[in-house]
Amino acid sequence: MSQPNANVYYVPHNSRWPIIATLGMFLFMVGAAVWLNGYDTPGKIILTIGALSIIGMMFGWFGNVIHESMKGTFNSQVDTSFRMGMTWFIFSEVFFFAAFFGGLFYIRTFVVPWLGGVGDKGVITNGFIWQGFSATWPTNGPEAVGGSFTSGSPWGIPLLNTLLLLSSSVTVTIAHHALRAGNRKKLIGFLGLTILLGITFLCCQAYEYWESYVHLNMTLHSGIYGATFYILTGFHGLHVTLGTIMLIVMWLRSVRGHFTPQNHFAFEAVSWYWHFVDVIWLCLFLFVYIL
Amino acid sequence: MSSTAQAIHHEDHHQGWFERWFMSTNHKDIGTLYLSFSFLMLFVGGSLAMLIRAELFEPGMQLMQPYFFNEISGMHGLIMIFGVIMPSFVGLANWMIPMQIGAPDMALPRLNNLSFWILPFAFILLLSTFFMPGGAPAAGWTMYPPLVLQGGESVAFMIFAIHLMGISSILGSINIIATILNLRAPGLDLLKMPMFCWSWLITSFLVIAVMPVLAGAVTMMLFDRFFGTNFFNAAAGGDPVMYQHVFWFFGHPEVYIMILPAFGIISEIVPTFARKPLFGYKAMVYAIACIAFLSFIVWSHHMFTVGIPLGGEVFFMYATMLIAVPTGVKIFNWVTTMWKGSMSFEVPMLWAIGFIVLFSIGGFSGVMMALVPADFQYYGTYFIVAHFHYVLVGGALFSIIGAVYYWLPKWSGHMYSSFWGKLHFWSSVISVNVLFFPQQFLGFAGMPRRIPDYNVAFADWNMVSSIGGFWFGATQLIFVGVVIHTVFFSKDKATSRVWEHAHGLEWTLPSPAPHHSFTVPPVIDDSQLAHGDVSH
Repeated sequence: MSQPNANVYYVPHNSRWPIIATLGMFLFMVGAAVWLNGYDTPGKIILTIGALSIIGMMFGWFGNVIHESMKGTFNSQVDTSFRMGMTWFIFSEVFFFAAFFGGLFYIRTFVVPWLGGVGDKGVITNGFIWQGFSATWPTNGPEAVGGSFTSGSPWGIPLLNTLLLLSSSVTVTIAHHALRAGNRKKLIGFLGLTILLGITFLCCQAYEYWESYVHLNMTLHSGIYGATFYILTGFHGLHVTLGTIMLIVMWLRSVRGHFTPQNHFAFEAVSWYWHFVDVIWLCLFLFVYIL
Repeated sequence: MSSTAQAIHHEDHHQGWFERWFMSTNHKDIGTLYLSFSFLMLFVGGSLAMLIRAELFEPGMQLMQPYFFNEISGMHGLIMIFGVIMPSFVGLANWMIPMQIGAPDMALPRLNNLSFWILPFAFILLLSTFFMPGGAPAAGWTMYPPLVLQGGESVAFMIFAIHLMGISSILGSINIIATILNLRAPGLDLLKMPMFCWSWLITSFLVIAVMPVLAGAVTMMLFDRFFGTNFFNAAAGGDPVMYQHVFWFFGHPEVYIMILPAFGIISEIVPTFARKPLFGYKAMVYAIACIAFLSFIVWSHHMFTVGIPLGGEVFFMYATMLIAVPTGVKIFNWVTTMWKGSMSFEVPMLWAIGFIVLFSIGGFSGVMMALVPADFQYYGTYFIVAHFHYVLVGGALFSIIGAVYYWLPKWSGHMYSSFWGKLHFWSSVISVNVLFFPQQFLGFAGMPRRIPDYNVAFADWNMVSSIGGFWFGATQLIFVGVVIHTVFFSKDKATSRVWEHAHGLEWTLPSPAPHHSFTVPPVIDDSQLAHGDVSH
């Protein structure tokens, strides 16, 4: 990509996309809130308009930036700003998951033992309120909220999913090396393989959820275990879905001949995101499934 | 000039009103939007405060139903924190950081526009809850379950409003970090950077780290209310106190998000009017970093009476008291900067000194509450109300007003009337003490917060406090007058330096500053810089 005069600062021209993004998010959330309050039809309509605006905005905004980038408008300083933006965005995502992991650790280290009578607090809590409850994990609490359930084995689908995501991290890295070496065929092949692995992961997770709901009676209502299990794996699954969509966009762009061996920040950003999703999964596998 | 610089120049003259304010990529316009929005919200939140003080003017129920009192006291907090203090600091960052580091604009100008425009819509969501069946959320700004989950239709709107505000501040902070790390002019080393930039660099880090945690906390709440999970239900193995832990893991760094930029502002103003370089610049930088680090390991001091194990209480007590050390470094360094300086007391300096005194009072009561046994008496009383209003009104808000008086001539190109500025200051500084100092007595005597009625024993000081409140509220109308006059009517042109001893790159630009600050990286002349290893 040609470097415009590096001694002059670059400021992008005005854009209509930020305000459209705002309106889209606003409508999406109004729709969701209205729907949750029981007004199904208006809620769904507003939410759909919001979602479509967000999708349209993404096509428009990213399309605009891709166009500017291909024209060679950006200098290396802009490139660094983009990199920092993505890095700190992923950093914020880490802390979003940290909130749920922190909750899980707090529940398992303190709350469940206290309910079961451990420590000064536990003696009182257990003795006066929850007599007869003994701390175990998984648990759905002293009142067995959600009815008896079984948790699935980590060594079935979860292990398979771990292998799927780990190999997808490898394939995306091979694709990146191929891109840097200018080998487009290999890039398209391995990027496509990464997408397939991601989709397979999602299918396995959907099957796992179905299995838990239908055969194991392990649902969102299954006390604290069900709540922490589904919020952690569910938000992770949502991130895998987003990551897969991003990878598909990268694949389409690769097929269309975008990216050069030197200039392919979008690809790198998506692969960072994919590695982040992978690392979160490893933590999930360890703390949610195995331990 | 190259084509890019010309394109910027060209654009300034060919944009309509809508394009300029809704599609902007200009840090000054977006900064103005942030500041205007927070100014408006100051009066929305302030009106709620006036209602609270009116109800508390006398014992007994005067004006409103108790439930409505709960609504306005919680909403007052949410509006002031997320709608006033945070956005006005971001607005100041938008205006000043590019000018202070020799940049043309923020690093990601379109994202900057998005960060701002999310905010008004988030507040439409939040404020609309007043008109809903069941009213606005009425469980305080901390939104503790299970109480908050018993609200009406407002719960979902409140949660989504929090999500939007979180997205807005995270994106804004990503932009600020990228700007500071990537767009500094060559030669402007990190340790020559203005203190305001340093304070925002560290604040941004805090925002990016903790706003997602708040999003996580309210997301769990959303699931508990609407999707049948049981995070906060002990019968299911959950714990309502878990919400408090997650919330305050956000909440305590949030407290510093609202005060660290204030430290930066004061560190800019004091050296200018003491006509001496900032005393202990590096110590000031390290102190901010130290406060930021400690802010992550003190959250349970908000929960001493909730029933945490003794070991936890002791740890969080000592960790909290440790914060007094770097904060003390800052107070001492401001005082030492003034020591033997050629002081003059222009309007911004008055606000800065007011800040140092009032923030110290608030800081001292903070140290008192850090003591676990003492906190058992103070918890949930007006003592804590007095404490955080001293640091947030006497601290954060005073610094913001001081910053406006300091930089407004640079922004508008006009000087304001120093008579009205001084009147505004003296009226504010007296009334704010009439307003909040008696609340410490009320708290000691045991008056609980968030209650619309009280024992007649508390009547006198409540009346004094209410009078102070109305006085302080009315005084802020002077501020409106000064700002409007300066921006639109003042004929008194400001020089580019504005203040005699002002140092820093922003003072090398003309007043008002050009639309995009620097089109090419300026050549750094150390004597122009305010801070760091530079000679004067």
